[in-house]
Amino acid sequence: MGMGNNKPPIVEIAHLSKSYRRGSQTIPVLEDITFDIADGEFLALMGPSGSGKSTLLNLIAGIDKADRGTIRVGGVDITTLSDKELATWRSANVGFIFQFYNLMPVLTAFENVELPLLLTDLSRSERREHVELALQLVGLTDRVDHYPAQLSGGQQQRVAIARAVVSDPAILVADEPTGDLDRVSAGEILQLMDRLVREFDKTIIMVTHDPRAAEKARIIRHLEKGILTDIDGQPASPVAGS
Amino acid sequence: MMFLLKLIIRNAFRHKLRSILTVVGIAIAIIAFGLLSTLVGLWYHGVEASSASRLVTRNAISLIFPLPLSYKDRIRQVPGVKTVSYGNWFGGIYIDEKHFFANEAIEPKSFLELYPEFILTPEQKDAFLRDRKGCIVGKRLADTYGWKIGDLITLRGTIFPGQWEFVLRGIYRGAEKGTEERALFFHWDYLNETLRKTMPRRADQVGFYMITVERPELAAEVSQAVDAIFKNSLAETLTETEKAFQLGFVAMTEAILVAIQIVSYVVIVIIMVVAANTMAMTARERIAEYATMKTLGFGGWHIAGIVFGESLVIALSGGLLGVALTFPAAHWIEVELAQFFPAFSIAPLTIGLDLLAALAVGVTAGIFPTWRGATIGIAEGLRRIG
Ligand SMILES: Nc1ncnc2c1ncn2[C@@H]1O[C@H](COP(=O)(O)OP(=O)(O)OP(=O)(O)O)[C@@H](O)[C@H]1O
Ligand SMILES: [Mg+2]
Repeated sequence: MGMGNNKPPIVEIAHLSKSYRRGSQTIPVLEDITFDIADGEFLALMGPSGSGKSTLLNLIAGIDKADRGTIRVGGVDITTLSDKELATWRSANVGFIFQFYNLMPVLTAFENVELPLLLTDLSRSERREHVELALQLVGLTDRVDHYPAQLSGGQQQRVAIARAVVSDPAILVADEPTGDLDRVSAGEILQLMDRLVREFDKTIIMVTHDPRAAEKARIIRHLEKGILTDIDGQPASPVAGS
Repeated sequence: MMFLLKLIIRNAFRHKLRSILTVVGIAIAIIAFGLLSTLVGLWYHGVEASSASRLVTRNAISLIFPLPLSYKDRIRQVPGVKTVSYGNWFGGIYIDEKHFFANEAIEPKSFLELYPEFILTPEQKDAFLRDRKGCIVGKRLADTYGWKIGDLITLRGTIFPGQWEFVLRGIYRGAEKGTEERALFFHWDYLNETLRKTMPRRADQVGFYMITVERPELAAEVSQAVDAIFKNSLAETLTETEKAFQLGFVAMTEAILVAIQIVSYVVIVIIMVVAANTMAMTARERIAEYATMKTLGFGGWHIAGIVFGESLVIALSGGLLGVALTFPAAHWIEVELAQFFPAFSIAPLTIGLDLLAALAVGVTAGIFPTWRGATIGIAEGLRRIG
């Protein structure tokens, strides 16, 4: 299997299946998926529209329920967790980056980044410290009091990344993070994600259509009609840092 | 917690125009509800203000037929009767029909004894009793026309034709808020003596007797006794408590009152539907945001709090605005439509009902979106974007 590096897997997926019901029809989306993702990996998930990429990503991130199979993340089988346990698990282990940033329009950049920390027992000043650190990381210290509508798409996505990393989760999931950005902004976002993997040991699972984005990843998996075709776009070895 | 509150308030006024329109709509509904409730309450209040130990005796056939003056002494002899007074509905018109107010010819001494809630200074009372052409008016009526003691007031008679002149000798105050302060009373003798000269056949007739009994429990007994005396006479009587007498008036308008009451509730129901629609629309637009918050680990209860809180904030803003505006509206009615209402003041109970109605609007409007926001699946909610 295409292991990206020599570290032990952080995500282990076995015999995962998922289908949706539309009226009386059952539409299979994922069929018997089995694969691992190594700790510290930067993985791009590609495939035609409707192939089930987002569905797979959502299952790994614990925001959707599988029909069959197991998903072990950091040793925990998240398919056995209740909704409430999943919510707690997500807030501690997964950071989310969306195509349309999904920031709260009524909250400032600072408040958006602070949002996940409200579920922790951090004090106000500790939260402030974390938020400032995260905004510093994405290079937006001069925009803390701006509302999303006052920021460019690239800046909004950087706020979203700050929000995703502020609680220091091991895994980041990104569904088309550059899908709504121009080339320059997209490049900056990918640069940032690459840094998160290399400097901060994050594991990133990114769904993308963009070959340029996939290029940044160290490993590419292809999904077609709910089946991993397993044609790696790149060698199954770590990309040498440059 | 503070954070959620901040989020709720900012969400509530995110679409300024939509929120303002909704708030104003609720405020208007609350004003209408408050004013209509007050109106209905006033009608019954007149009845409640009447004393249970006072009886009114009138012609059994109809209010418009008179009774002989000679009944007075026979009524006084009925055991349990304390005071007897009498009077005629005069129905005089001041300037024109639009300036309507009650005016009655009464026997002053016994009348003032019977109605201690009409408060006059001893000097004014004396002056009134001494002047056969004197009259007294309520404070609110005097204020309306700027009348002062000694002024000459002319009424055009309708039931009793002619121009009738009275000298204002007293301005009474009501002991209670519900006391009629928009009425004019003058000497029955003045009316009767004039009638003796001009229409002798209508003289020595009274429209109604007013009776006080020694104890309220005697009311029923005395009523029966009075009516028994005049049974089979030329003018049979009907005696009832003042309350029942007034209720007779109210009964005529009962159907209207019920209709007004229903309208006041319908107004609230309509605004409920409108607010529910707005809230549903708002929540639908924000499903992806709620799903995002859930993604970050917020639970269904957090989302429920945010959605429900927003609904309550909007509804209660409307409610408070409505209550605040109800007072000037009521004042306007009190001044401009003074001839129709003794006093148009908003009761604390009405304010309570106003706020309760606003709360009900908030709850009803919030329920469905709250449930929806709390239970929506994350993956499904996130698909609603873009
Ligand atoms: N909630 C749902 N109800 C019904 N069908 C669904 C639902 N979610 C996804 N699907 C279906 O599952 C299939 C896979 O959807 P998914 O969103 O995972 O595709 P994708 O690979 O991410 O596509 P895209 O590249 O267009 O985002 C599609 O055919 C889609 O219509
Ligand atoms: Mg997708």
